[in-house]
Amino acid sequence: MLKTFIVGIVLGLAGAAAGLYLYPVVDQHREASIVSVAPNGGNVESFHVNVPMDRIMVGAPGQKKPLPAGLDWPSDEVLQDVRVELFKIRNERDTVVGVASRTAAKDGSDDVIDWVLHLPARGSVYVNMRPEALQGGYRQGELRAGSREFAQLRGGMTERWIRSSSGEEDAPIGRIELVTAFVGVQEET
Amino acid sequence: MKFLIALLLGMVTGAALFGLAMIYNPFLADRGISPLAVSDAEVFTLNFSAVPSNAIVFTNDGNSVRKPQPSKVQQLWEAPIRKTHAMATIMRDARGNTAGIGVKLSSLSERTRLLQGDALVDSVWYVYLPARGSLFIRQSENYWTFLRDVGWPALRNGANNWKGKWNGDLTSGPGALGTAMVTGGSGTFRGLTMEGVESLSAEAYSADQGPISATGRLLIELPDSVIEAETASAAE
Repeated sequence: MLKTFIVGIVLGLAGAAAGLYLYPVVDQHREASIVSVAPNGGNVESFHVNVPMDRIMVGAPGQKKPLPAGLDWPSDEVLQDVRVELFKIRNERDTVVGVASRTAAKDGSDDVIDWVLHLPARGSVYVNMRPEALQGGYRQGELRAGSREFAQLRGGMTERWIRSSSGEEDAPIGRIELVTAFVGVQEET
Repeated sequence: MKFLIALLLGMVTGAALFGLAMIYNPFLADRGISPLAVSDAEVFTLNFSAVPSNAIVFTNDGNSVRKPQPSKVQQLWEAPIRKTHAMATIMRDARGNTAGIGVKLSSLSERTRLLQGDALVDSVWYVYLPARGSLFIRQSENYWTFLRDVGWPALRNGANNWKGKWNGDLTSGPGALGTAMVTGGSGTFRGLTMEGVESLSAEAYSADQGPISATGRLLIELPDSVIEAETASAAE
């Protein structure tokens, strides 16, 4: 019986090691990406934020109704011209695929508008927007850096506010449309 | 029948021994000193509270040990973001003054390999420092030593908590020396690529509530051009 017990210990050790090796401890849920190829090259992907339901936080000084309720935005003078928003972001099928932050600040004479999109199964992108809006209500930005899937890409992103025309009671009042166009960086030989 | 019971007991004992060997294996994930600590380059430090209730906003799926703050914040319950945390917090300089605002978005990593002592989290920071500019930090963090030295003792303790002093670097890549990659977006940091390290100092931890007293720190290596620009700006 002692021999059986010892065999059991060996099996237990081997089984635990094999289980830990084979079983994925973390398995992120993946939504199929909806990517189209632009005529002039690059992969185009569209995301959006339904407002107000996808807003997680609107952090800015002097808000009468802070979001979320109970938010205590710091009163420090250095943050008086800073507005930080957190959102859930959706793909074209209207499925939530990630989270994003948008920071708008006035720094002296410069305006700063930065987006960070975080897609857990894929990676993150950091886009620096040009503050001035273009014709059609677009704002254009440049991919400054990315992680994992986006680490070796360059390109840009546009943001645009689209007001909803739906008259339904629980429909969003509008959405922020984000369209990315990224292309792989050719490695130097 | 008794042989079957002996075999099953043996297997349970073997699995438990394996678990203990994993936890007390001193060779797993001991990464030693931070490369920035021995660098000649100028580094600047940003401190933040690592306690979720001290954050401006902290949210996750709502079922984690760390509870969302404020309690009415929207939770990340949808399947693709269920293993994700989002935090907005005040960043303080070395003197404790407010230096700016930081947003951290992090997700459990599929590259986690507990057999190798890798309990990985993929995270990015966006830091905005008024009058200085914005930074984007991308990194992998390894929580193995934290879980082994703080989380496990807290779980074993009858009151489910841990008190002591734990200091360690969390960043484990993607830089070759285990550093985070830092990209400047605007202001004096615009166009710069730097390296950084996130570290944590914990004094109290609860297995039920997460960190009770803990301070996070971002160390960022500054290129000479930024030091010169900031010195000139201060002189004016």
